[in-house]
Amino acid sequence: MASTMHGPPGILVSGLHKSYGPVEAVRGVDLRIDPGETVALLGPNGAGKSTTIDVVLGLAQPDAGQVSVFGTTPADAVSAGRTGGMLQTGSLIEGLSVRELVTMVASLYPHPLDVGQVLETTGAESFAAQRTTKLSGGQAQRARFALALVGDPDLLVLDEPTAALDVEGRHDFWGSMRDIARNGKTVVFATHYLEEADAYADRIVVMARGRVVADGPATQIKARAGGRTIRATLPYADLGALRALPGVTGADLRGEAVVLACSDSDSALWALHSAFPDAHDIEVRGAGLEDAFLELVSGDQSEVAAP
Amino acid sequence: MSHATYLRYELVRTFRNRRFLFFSLGFPLLMFLLIAGANQSKRLDGIPFPLYYMTGMVSWGAMIAIISSGTRISAERQIGWARQLRITPLSTRTYFRSKVVGGYVMALLTIAVLYVAGSMLSVHLDARQWALMTLLLLIGLVPFAVLGIMLGHLLKPDSLGPAVGGVTSLFALLGGAWGPLSTSTTFVDIVKCIPSYWLVQSGKVALGGPGWPPLQAWVVLAVWTAALAWLAVAAFRRDTARLT
Ligand SMILES: Nc1ncnc2c1ncn2[C@@H]1O[C@H](COP(=O)(O)OP(=O)(O)OP(=O)(O)O)[C@@H](O)[C@H]1O
Ligand SMILES: [Mg+2]
Repeated sequence: MASTMHGPPGILVSGLHKSYGPVEAVRGVDLRIDPGETVALLGPNGAGKSTTIDVVLGLAQPDAGQVSVFGTTPADAVSAGRTGGMLQTGSLIEGLSVRELVTMVASLYPHPLDVGQVLETTGAESFAAQRTTKLSGGQAQRARFALALVGDPDLLVLDEPTAALDVEGRHDFWGSMRDIARNGKTVVFATHYLEEADAYADRIVVMARGRVVADGPATQIKARAGGRTIRATLPYADLGALRALPGVTGADLRGEAVVLACSDSDSALWALHSAFPDAHDIEVRGAGLEDAFLELVSGDQSEVAAP
Repeated sequence: MSHATYLRYELVRTFRNRRFLFFSLGFPLLMFLLIAGANQSKRLDGIPFPLYYMTGMVSWGAMIAIISSGTRISAERQIGWARQLRITPLSTRTYFRSKVVGGYVMALLTIAVLYVAGSMLSVHLDARQWALMTLLLLIGLVPFAVLGIMLGHLLKPDSLGPAVGGVTSLFALLGGAWGPLSTSTTFVDIVKCIPSYWLVQSGKVALGGPGWPPLQAWVVLAVWTAALAWLAVAAFRRDTARLT
């Protein structure tokens, strides 16, 4: 499957727009994911991650733009059994045990994996004989993961796959995902957990308000935030004036304190000091991935296209 | 690939649903045993009462069984399982086929149980009559299978229950499954345009009738099936567009 070097991209999304009534869920997303890549979709609630995933899985039709999966339409990729998905919402049908349900779904695919092995990989073996309606949230999540894997698809699309899992569950989950990614699968997962995106994805795509606001390896995402923030106590601060300071890319109020996101913290610090002499308790900090993320999705300055 | 496994588990699920079994099977059976049992030696229109009543209950029970496939469609939509299935290679056609086959298996089970109950209350028919009656019943159920699919895509489970109850009762009542309503010729002419009338008539083979002689039976069933299928497709399209 790594032989796809010269083949079509795993996922190609261009100019994607999708609205639900008056809500513009996705407003012009471009995305290319190559076969074998593991990509995290990171973004706050309502960013458009699930909508993008729905379109890639053929569950929603784009209002505008093109989407292809391994060079075909999403629907064709699904019919050919090349896509497997774990959706953010949805429960399992009743009347079957976990093993029976996984077997039932496996039978729909042209080349399914061995059911017993998938149950083991996903940690669903211990409750495989239990009815699907009698599972804990995390167990149901593992069963749904098994459903996504059992068809042995080339592309795995996982919408917040670890949302209901405990610490051990998460650890196991990412352990099995590593093996899967190593086998040359293309993996896209949506998450709110920065550490997960940082640790398990080759690339992070940050979405906010229906757009891609950053796209690159974790290190590059951190760098894009300029690296530092300045925090100072400054009552009745004028945010507009603060944002206009040299080296400052964004300003926020946190009670009596202001937090400045900086592209050049040295000039910003000097400028702050001369323009606002009563600023005190000043701290300068290097931004972690979390700050980078918050800055990227915070709105004002982030309407820039991805690099 | 074969869809035998998928279909098998669909049927397993149906049989494990006790509530469903109770209402689709138990209700007509109970009514038959109580009412036909109490009137075992009576005759209606010159026909032994149990035989008369069995044909009505068979039509009604089989109708409930087959429309209930819609209940399952609706429930699967509600919990998001329809979306999960749409990201597997399962085709829409196979999905519907499995639901229709499931409905027919339940209908056949209902028919068989009521035949057995009928035999216990001294209903005697020859093999040809049993077979012809069953065949015509299965054909007469076609529009109701389609109606079930339509309702399944139109309604949520909480409104579907009452809707199925009301619709099946209305069709059973008008079709004469619960006994003749009126002998006025105008009334009979009107109910002859309703598919459940012919469903009930299919049972009349056993009463010595010739099956469905008039062309009208076939036309009524075909027209209802076509109209309901058109509505079902519209409901399905609207529904899958919204499923997103
Ligand atoms: N079926 C729908 N009908 C109407 N609006 C919708 C629908 N699905 C999503 N939306 C809206 O589209 C926007 C994007 O939603 P989406 O589910 O794609 O976000 P998300 O990034 O997955 O968020 P979360 O992290 O909360 O899962 C939201 O404003 C949401 O309210
Ligand atoms: Mg989401």
